[in-house]
Amino acid sequence: MPIIETKNLNLFYDKFHALIDVNIAIKEKGITAIIGPSGCGKSTLLRTFNRMNDLIEGVAMTGEILVGSENILGPGIDLVGLRKKVGMVFQRPNPFPLTIYENLVYGLKVHHMITSRDELGGLVEESLKAVLLWDKLKDRLYASALSLSLEEKQRLCIARTLAVKPDIILMDEPCSALDPIATLKIEETARELKKDYTIVIVTHNMQQAARISDDVGFMLLGRLVEFGKTGDVFNRPQDKKTEEYITGRYG
Amino acid sequence: MRRFKEFIIEKLVFLSGILVILFVCLIFVFLLKEGLSFFKDVKLSAFLLGKYWYPISEPPRFGILPLILGSLFVTLGAVLFAVPLSIGAAFYVAEIAPARIRDFLKTGIEILASIPSVVLGFVGMITLVPWIKAIFHVPTGLTALAGSIMLGFMAMPTIISISEDAITAVPRQYKEGSIALGATRWQTMYRVTIHAAKPGIIAACMLGVGRVIGETMAVMMITGNAAVIPRTFLQPVRTLTATIAAEMGEVVHGSAHYHALFSIGIILFLITFMINITADFFLHRVRTK
Repeated sequence: MPIIETKNLNLFYDKFHALIDVNIAIKEKGITAIIGPSGCGKSTLLRTFNRMNDLIEGVAMTGEILVGSENILGPGIDLVGLRKKVGMVFQRPNPFPLTIYENLVYGLKVHHMITSRDELGGLVEESLKAVLLWDKLKDRLYASALSLSLEEKQRLCIARTLAVKPDIILMDEPCSALDPIATLKIEETARELKKDYTIVIVTHNMQQAARISDDVGFMLLGRLVEFGKTGDVFNRPQDKKTEEYITGRYG
Repeated sequence: MRRFKEFIIEKLVFLSGILVILFVCLIFVFLLKEGLSFFKDVKLSAFLLGKYWYPISEPPRFGILPLILGSLFVTLGAVLFAVPLSIGAAFYVAEIAPARIRDFLKTGIEILASIPSVVLGFVGMITLVPWIKAIFHVPTGLTALAGSIMLGFMAMPTIISISEDAITAVPRQYKEGSIALGATRWQTMYRVTIHAAKPGIIAACMLGVGRVIGETMAVMMITGNAAVIPRTFLQPVRTLTATIAAEMGEVVHGSAHYHALFSIGIILFLITFMINITADFFLHRVRTK
């Protein structure tokens, strides 16, 4: 049973038809990558899963998006609860201009999840360990998060998301601002995390998708052209356009 | 010919730049020359901490503590009144208001900024002063409170527009990150946006305060101008600025009183200068971040 499933999902930015009849089923506890050239709608699709597109004026959606078994396009959906369950990591690392510690407990405070200091400390340690930053940062938890390197910032953002215990983590080109070594480290972290979480990652880096994902979807001009096991899509693409993209004929 | 024209224009621009600085220096030197000679006769501590301002009694007494406290009371009151309201308004304009209302409000704020202070003083005198008298049952409505409220109105446009710029300049990514963690718009505002915009908001408040301290006309009209040490906001006070404005016309040129007024000018200059420097420091921090 898929953890995220869309049924005939269409999305409009005013008159622009950005997603066209997208049907995708994302498996639990694995990494699903969405690839495609710029402007194909891959980020837009990702942002429907936690309804981040709502921040843009003039967005309209039709169809269904089931997260768990709940249609998150249905009326009366609890957006706060949804975003707690579906965390997100952005293209540019965006730690808040607060201390490292405050960044990590931000979600907990927002959701009124924890009261005691010990518990907070425990969760901070746990989430930093999950992104392999604990040893490096444990002595400077009260330094500004803006003092970290780009890679550390991005990991902190992942840790910040983990702290609220989501089921799903959406990653919107999380490595595009990072150098190749930092990229590999983030990928390693993602691979580690898929044991406990479902990860959906948008990337324009095909090698990255091939390296880390279990399933991959290829999007073009708002449509999901092909979707399947990563090995199959990369080795035996069914659609001619997928093949052309993968072999680097456009993109 | 063209080159000659260029040369002339270049020199003219240079000259205007230099002249402005020169004028500022001349004014400053004049202020110091006229003001500092006062301290040959009166000690600085007696001037700053003296409780009585009787410049034309015999012997005259030049203590400006009541005037300093008068300015302080009016300024503090204006800050308490204007800062929360202005920051709230700035958030509303920057974050919440729909585009149409935002444009409308911004125009309103600009209009508020363009009301001459004498008009504000006049309106305050006719409306606010009798109200204060009636509401608080005090002998006169010409009080520190009246000055505070009217000066609050004068500070608001500055505080609102600079705070609004600071809030608008907060990167979108911060807000997105917060919303994506499940925070509501309100939580995002007071947990993230206000922190990111803090230096700009502080600078805005400092500039607002600078404007209040230097203001003369409105306060002279509605604060009652009694040079006594104020104990509550419902007493008449006299500010540093109002003292200079009220007495400079009748003072004997070259007398101790005359020099004392210039010394007040120096004090006032130092206060505003320090406030502006602080504001600048915070604004600079915003830009370098």
